[in-house]
Amino acid sequence: MNDFPLARLEPDSASVYAALGLKRGAEPSARAAALLPRALETFRAVSKPRGMSRTVSAGEFAAIFAGMGRNEPQAPLAGIYPRAQRLDLFAFTLGEPISAEIARLFAGSDFALGSMLDAVASLAADNAGRLAEERLASQTAAATKTFLYSPGYCGWHISAQEPLFAVLRPQAIGMTLNGSFLMSPLKSISGVLVSGPAAIHGIAAGYPFCGCCQSPVCRERRIGVAE
Amino acid sequence: MEILSRIAQGLEAGDDAAVPQLTRDALAQGIAATTVLDEGLIAGMNVVGEKFRVHDIFLPDVLLAARAMYAGMDVLKPLLISAGVASRGRVVIGSVQGDLHDIGKNLVGIMLKGAGFEVIDLGNDVAAATFVEAAKSQQAGVIGMSALLTTTMPVMKEVVDLLKKERLCGRIKTIIGGAPVSRDYADEIGADAYGYDCAQAVEQVKHLAAVVS
Repeated sequence: MNDFPLARLEPDSASVYAALGLKRGAEPSARAAALLPRALETFRAVSKPRGMSRTVSAGEFAAIFAGMGRNEPQAPLAGIYPRAQRLDLFAFTLGEPISAEIARLFAGSDFALGSMLDAVASLAADNAGRLAEERLASQTAAATKTFLYSPGYCGWHISAQEPLFAVLRPQAIGMTLNGSFLMSPLKSISGVLVSGPAAIHGIAAGYPFCGCCQSPVCRERRIGVAE
Repeated sequence: MEILSRIAQGLEAGDDAAVPQLTRDALAQGIAATTVLDEGLIAGMNVVGEKFRVHDIFLPDVLLAARAMYAGMDVLKPLLISAGVASRGRVVIGSVQGDLHDIGKNLVGIMLKGAGFEVIDLGNDVAAATFVEAAKSQQAGVIGMSALLTTTMPVMKEVVDLLKKERLCGRIKTIIGGAPVSRDYADEIGADAYGYDCAQAVEQVKHLAAVVS
């Protein structure tokens, strides 16, 4: 569950180019395309992927979800997690060196390579979440779906990071929170893996916070694409 | 002047070796530093920005051009400073409190510098009061805010409200951006502009800076 081989995390070129704004079907310029192998080589050289998880009961998770009482009144996860068959707190980091390398590239005006490495790292962190979802799903019945939900998204206030960290203790893999509940190292993800029947994961767009959100990696949109 | 066109073309090609050399050549020909800046470097970046806006090129191409722009600017900067040439305006930027995502904000900063603005980058996790204090102390005309989390977007409204409270809205304009942010949200909180991407953000800042000045 907590082994994250780089080969499984490495994003494909199309995903990286799309993250950087290349239109679907378009070809990157030769100069831009030449940066990707360098970014991937750096990613492989400096990434230190580490992850951890812990199964919790719905009762335990209720306190984590409630956090500091700052969730949106209609946060979708409030209706999802009580119907889950299994809940696993999850945290993953690519480590500090890759963030330091991105910062170094930007400081040296190597913006293009820096942004490409940033995109590679962000996608790799997302892939770690997907990998954790797949692994859990493979342990459960075929009809069961596992999705990662994270504080800071879809009405679940980011302050819930604090109780999540208090229970999971990802400090053991080098992850910490700052006063604004943000994770360090930067290329890290956290949340709860919710496993249960596909139907429980349905999020109908229309929450007040959905109206102003254009996130391309929204749960609801991902379901729309995947199913 | 042909050499200015070559600078612009070199910049469009992201040639960070040729651009500073061509810049030096232009100065050696007696062309004023401000002319090299406006008709060479900024003209080239404008073309790059427009190509990006219509999706002829994508982000890495813009950033390669920006690096070439910086290389050219390194040649010009001492001359511009000694001549007392004013920048196009001063812009305070940052990712709002609770948000560590700063790549979009960084890109906007790079593009703004490329367009001739002076950029004060406050970094990430920036409190509302810090934005306003920085804009006041640095005499910036525009505050640019970025957010990637829906839960941090309210800080943008705090900045706008603080400017209203201090009656600074006429002197300091606001622009917001980031994945969960929209034109509607900008209108809702009373921000002056919204940038969908870094190219559009630069265009909007140009308008705002013109209004402020």
